[in-house]
Amino acid sequence: MNNRSTLHTFVVYVENKPGVLTRVASLFRRRAFNIDSLTVGRTEKPEVSRMTITVEADPDEARRIEANLYKLVNVLLVDDITRQPSILRDLAMIKVAAPHEVRSHVLELVKVFRARVVDVARESLTIEITGTEDKIDGLLEVLRPFGVIEMVRTGMVAMRRGKRALAAASATPPVEAFENESAVPQA
Amino acid sequence: MKMTGARILWECLEREGVEHVFGYPGGAILPAYDALKHSRIHHILARHEQGATHMADGYARASGRVGVAIATSGPGATNMVTGIATAMMDSSPIVCITGQVGGRLIGSDAFQETDITGVTLPITKHNSLVTRTADLARTIREAFYVARSGRPGPVLVDVTKDAQQGSCEFDWDAARPQLPGYRPDLSPAEAEYAQALELLHSAKRPVILAGQGVIAAGASAQLRELAERAQIPVALTLLGLGAMPAWHPLHLGMMGMHGEAWVNLAIQNADLLIALGMRFDDRVTGDKDSYARGARKIHVEIDPAEINKNVKVDVALVGDLSAVLRELLPRVEPADRGDWLDWINRQKGDAAVRDIQTLPDNGHLYAAHVVHDLWHETRGSETVVVTDVGQHQMWEAQYYKHDHPRSLITSGGLGTMGFALPAAIGAKTARSEAEVWVVAGDGGFQMTMAELATMVQENLNVRIAIINNGYLGMVRQWQEFFYERNYQATPLLSPDFVRLAEAYGIRALRVTERRQVAPAVRAAREHDGPMLLDFRVEQEDSVYPMVAAGAALDQMIRRPSPLVETAADE
Repeated sequence: MNNRSTLHTFVVYVENKPGVLTRVASLFRRRAFNIDSLTVGRTEKPEVSRMTITVEADPDEARRIEANLYKLVNVLLVDDITRQPSILRDLAMIKVAAPHEVRSHVLELVKVFRARVVDVARESLTIEITGTEDKIDGLLEVLRPFGVIEMVRTGMVAMRRGKRALAAASATPPVEAFENESAVPQA
Repeated sequence: MKMTGARILWECLEREGVEHVFGYPGGAILPAYDALKHSRIHHILARHEQGATHMADGYARASGRVGVAIATSGPGATNMVTGIATAMMDSSPIVCITGQVGGRLIGSDAFQETDITGVTLPITKHNSLVTRTADLARTIREAFYVARSGRPGPVLVDVTKDAQQGSCEFDWDAARPQLPGYRPDLSPAEAEYAQALELLHSAKRPVILAGQGVIAAGASAQLRELAERAQIPVALTLLGLGAMPAWHPLHLGMMGMHGEAWVNLAIQNADLLIALGMRFDDRVTGDKDSYARGARKIHVEIDPAEINKNVKVDVALVGDLSAVLRELLPRVEPADRGDWLDWINRQKGDAAVRDIQTLPDNGHLYAAHVVHDLWHETRGSETVVVTDVGQHQMWEAQYYKHDHPRSLITSGGLGTMGFALPAAIGAKTARSEAEVWVVAGDGGFQMTMAELATMVQENLNVRIAIINNGYLGMVRQWQEFFYERNYQATPLLSPDFVRLAEAYGIRALRVTERRQVAPAVRAAREHDGPMLLDFRVEQEDSVYPMVAAGAALDQMIRRPSPLVETAADE
């Protein structure tokens, strides 16, 4: 048995219907899988929402998470992109104490990290940064000594690299597949 | 044609082939009940909504068709929860319909409002809230489709009162299921078949583990063919009993916590396990680390989420069991495994001597004897035994020899006491020609005995055997084995079941001696109407063998030898 737990990233397409987020979250709670981050938002298709879920799991658990997600009727497509070439992004807004004496120092760091200042107040700056979780953690680390007043992060979103789309809607089987002719066999 | 939601509901049920529903009316479902007069469907009034869901469950398990339960909002819906969870754990296809307060009242804590789709989220295969009449037909069709396809399970549809009252154009064809994410029709790849066959052909000591999936897939004949062709003995889970005829030489018996010793020993010493439609529940594996350590494992299962969940397997064939066996069977080479079968047979050893069956009763009435005699009297006829949960359930599994699929109905996964009587009412409704017996303990029977009135009102000829030992017997047994006989809260006072039955107009007999058992069973079978038999059995008998929870499967507590000596002395 392979017990190496690593952070897995799943991209999950779901039907854009009320309660679907609860179903997904409830599944992770019920099966005692620990969500590290979950984001949800619209996609190119109005009837489809897209989730990016990161979760600590060993390879067997990861397979079971995928299988359990598919058991939810409203889940359209699950892609474990953990080992795939992909782009991972997190966005953070960090309000940092930046009185006059240190302001230029903070701005220097913003520049190094290719972040940007989105709000300037007398005693503080609000910095927006987009990037991998590592990069954001890095900026946070160097800002901390100045005094982080408030911070918010979106959680991770992810997309495979390359041309191939994770076309959830095109993965939809034809309607005939749902014909209801199959009576339960009598034993 | 324009119809109200209430009419559409019944119309859809009829078109899904429903002939009976089990339910209990109330405010939020009244529009639906009002429209019942237009329907051919027969409504059976339960005495509690939990009973209605167990009835639907028993109906489904007895027939393979979808069972339907209906209730009002709030307490009506929450009373269904135990029945829904029972059906979920045992993959039983039922559709539960609940009324909900009007759409504009949702979220206002209105009278009898409960978020039942929220409550039942983790215990249904799927559920839906319908707030618009126009969505009702499609949702009902989807509910039936989801309940019976793939791995079956319960589906709940919550319908607001105004969705029942509103009207819309009814178009059955346009209301086709739209479930783009639901794909119950998986099948294995060729490479997986090849791997499975390779393991199968190289095995010296294989055992088939057959579960309820065999019955659900209608694959009993194929199971037998596989076993016979490759000469592989078959061990059964509790819910798998009946999948392989008990008289068959390759039928080993039940595995697991209260499985026969030689069955568990065969599993522990096997070099290949072929699991068919079972899920390696902790009650069948015992301690997982020491479970069948020398065995490769093939898992044929319709639900991919079961693969490697409890026990890691070498080959998984995910798909419909019957379709998989259809593909596999022609490629299975005949084999002779006389040595292995002999070895298993030798493991029976002194099991027969220790067996309560062969012990003299010394004037006592043992539950095992009751079950044996019940089997002996009813064998050969189309009998469905519906058991409750506890010691009697295990004795039934050990001593009633099931030869046919769907001849045993019992709550395995959830272990729901109170299941038997209502489930038997459902079973008898589905299969009126079958002889239906309830086997229940004095504890579980009291949980749902109000359904006796349902049985009488519906003229259902169900026969009831109460295994009455004055204790919550299985809990008492655990207290005896693991809690130093500290019998807290297990001695149980019961009403006089004979007089209770008579109050319902049901004939009843009390049985206190072995010699009265068979005549009592015969009397019940000859009586034209329901009958209750109150068997006053030995109070502190225990179910053997027993694998303690978490112990290795071959570490069994056997029936103590002093009894054997007593037997030998006489």
